[in-house]
Amino acid sequence: MAKRRDFIKKASLASLTALLGSKIVFGESMLEGYRPLFLDQNDPSKLFGKHKDMTVLNDRPWNIEAKAHLLDDEITPASKMFMRNNGIIPDKPDSESWTLTIDGESVSKSRIFTIQELKTRFRHYTYQLTLECGGNGRSEFNPPAKGNQWTVGAVSCANWTGVRLRDVLEDVGIKNDAVYIGYYGVDRHLSGDAEKVVISRGVPMTKALQDETLIAFQMNGEDIPLAHGYPLRLIAGGWPASASGKWINRISVRNIEHDGPKMTGDAYRVPCEAVAPGSVVSSENMCIIESMPVKSLITYPRSGATLEMDNVLEIRGHAWAGELEVNRVDYSTDFGTTWKKAALRKPKNRLAWQHWKASIQFPKKGYYEVWARATDSEGNSQPMVVPGWNPKGYLNNACHRIAVKIV
Amino acid sequence: MKEEELGKKLGSLTFKLFGLGAIAVFLIFIFFYIHENPDFLKNFDKDNPEIPVFEASMVEEIGFINDDHVELVITKCTSCHSAKLVIQNRATREGWQTMIRWMQRTQNLQDLGDDESNILDYLSKNYAPAKQGRRANLRDIDWYKLD
Repeated sequence: MAKRRDFIKKASLASLTALLGSKIVFGESMLEGYRPLFLDQNDPSKLFGKHKDMTVLNDRPWNIEAKAHLLDDEITPASKMFMRNNGIIPDKPDSESWTLTIDGESVSKSRIFTIQELKTRFRHYTYQLTLECGGNGRSEFNPPAKGNQWTVGAVSCANWTGVRLRDVLEDVGIKNDAVYIGYYGVDRHLSGDAEKVVISRGVPMTKALQDETLIAFQMNGEDIPLAHGYPLRLIAGGWPASASGKWINRISVRNIEHDGPKMTGDAYRVPCEAVAPGSVVSSENMCIIESMPVKSLITYPRSGATLEMDNVLEIRGHAWAGELEVNRVDYSTDFGTTWKKAALRKPKNRLAWQHWKASIQFPKKGYYEVWARATDSEGNSQPMVVPGWNPKGYLNNACHRIAVKIV
Repeated sequence: MKEEELGKKLGSLTFKLFGLGAIAVFLIFIFFYIHENPDFLKNFDKDNPEIPVFEASMVEEIGFINDDHVELVITKCTSCHSAKLVIQNRATREGWQTMIRWMQRTQNLQDLGDDESNILDYLSKNYAPAKQGRRANLRDIDWYKLD
C-alpha cells in the first residue's frame, strides 16, 4: 500500500491523464496524495465478485481467466468463470424495459419480445453447458499469435436456464432460405465510437435449432451476472464461446452466412488446410471454427504438489469435446511412455463437461509430471505437443500437465 | 417598472457579477498554481508537447519495461486498451506493425506518423518472441506440501 501511495505522489496530473485515456475534469483541484477513484475501481474481486486468484489478462477491455485448480467444481460458479470481452461492459441494463428483436431477411415478420414475454410464452429449460474461448491456450503457440494470451483457464461449465432459440424462431416464423443467425448486443466499442458494433457473431441454423441452444436469463439458478451477459444472452455450448453473445437485444435470421464484426476475415477462423508455423494465410483460405476440439483439465491437485513416498495421489478433473462426447480419459506419469485409464462419468446432458478421476501410486522418489489425455466419441485424442499452428492461435487442445514431486 | 421586475433584474445582475468574480479568482488561482508549481509544465516532453514524462515508479506500476520511447508507447497504445494487452504479447517488428495496421483498419487507430518507427523500435526490442519450441517446460511451479 505504501508503494501505491508513493506512486500517486509522484505521478503528475499529465501522466494520470494519459493513463486514464481522458482528461480528468477539475484535475487541477486534486489534492496532492489523493488517489483518484478509477485506480481502485480495477479490482475484479470487487467489481465482478471474481476469486482473488483469477488471472487478469487485460482490464480494458476486461479479460480474466481461471487457473486449472480453480475449476475443480463440477458446476462452475460465477466467481471462477472466465471473462472474455471485446468491448466495454454495458452500464446497468434494465431488464424491465429490455427487449429482444427477432429480425433479418429470413423471418416472415420481425417481432419484439420483452423478457417477461419470453419467460411466460415459452417453456424454460436448464442445461449444464461448456463454454470455452476459441483462443484458450493461445499462449503456447510459436510463433506467437496476437491477442489475449490465454493459458488453460478460459473454459467454464455452468447451468444455464432460458428458452430454446428454436421455440422463439418457430413462433416468429422463419423462411426456408434461412442460413445463419447473428446476434447483436449492447456492449460498447473501446474506441468510444457509438456507431461501431463490437462483436456480432452467430451460428448456422442447424446449431441454432438444437435443443440446448438457449436464449438464457439465468446462470446457476440466479439472474445472469452483469459480466456474463445480464439480462439476456445466447448460449451455444461446445462452440467457441464468442458464438454465445452477451447483453443481446437482437437476433437476425440471415439468408447468408452472418457477416457481423468478428464473423469475417480471420476472426475465430483457422486455415481450411493445415499450414506450416508462421505462414501467412489469406482470408479466403480461413474457415470458421464450429465445434471445439476434445480437451481435458487436471483440476486436482494444483500443480506443484509434493508428497511422501507410499502416499496415494488422488487426481481428478473434467473432459469435454465440443459437439461430441468424451469416450475415455487416460493419464501418464512417465511423460507419455505408458498410459492408464481414468474413471470417467457420463455428461449430465449433451454438451456438458464430464468428470474423471484416478489414484496414482508412484514407484520411486523424484520429479513427475501427470499428463491427462481425453479421447472423443470419434476417436480423436488430445495431442501431447501444441497442435496445428494457425495465425490467430485458436484451438490449442494439447494435453494438460501438472508437476508433482515425491520426496 | 413593477417592483417585482426590478428585483429580478437586480438579482440577475448580481449573479452575473458573481460569475465574473469566480472566473477572475479561478484565473488568479491557475496563475499562482503554475507560479508555485513550475514542474506542472515540465511534465511535458519538450520535443513532443503531447507526450508526458512518466516517473519510473509510474512506468513500473503500469507494467511496461522502462526503455527509450516508453512514454510514447504508453500515450499512444493505452488510450483505447489496457497496457496489459501489449505487455502479454510477443512479436517481431513486422508482427507489431501488423497489429498496428489491424488497429488502424478496424479499431479507429489514427496514422502514427513519425512516432510509428519509435514505437516499433521499443516493442520489437522489449517484447520480442521467445523461442519456446513446440511445447515449453512447465514453468513457475509453486511447490507446496500436499497433505
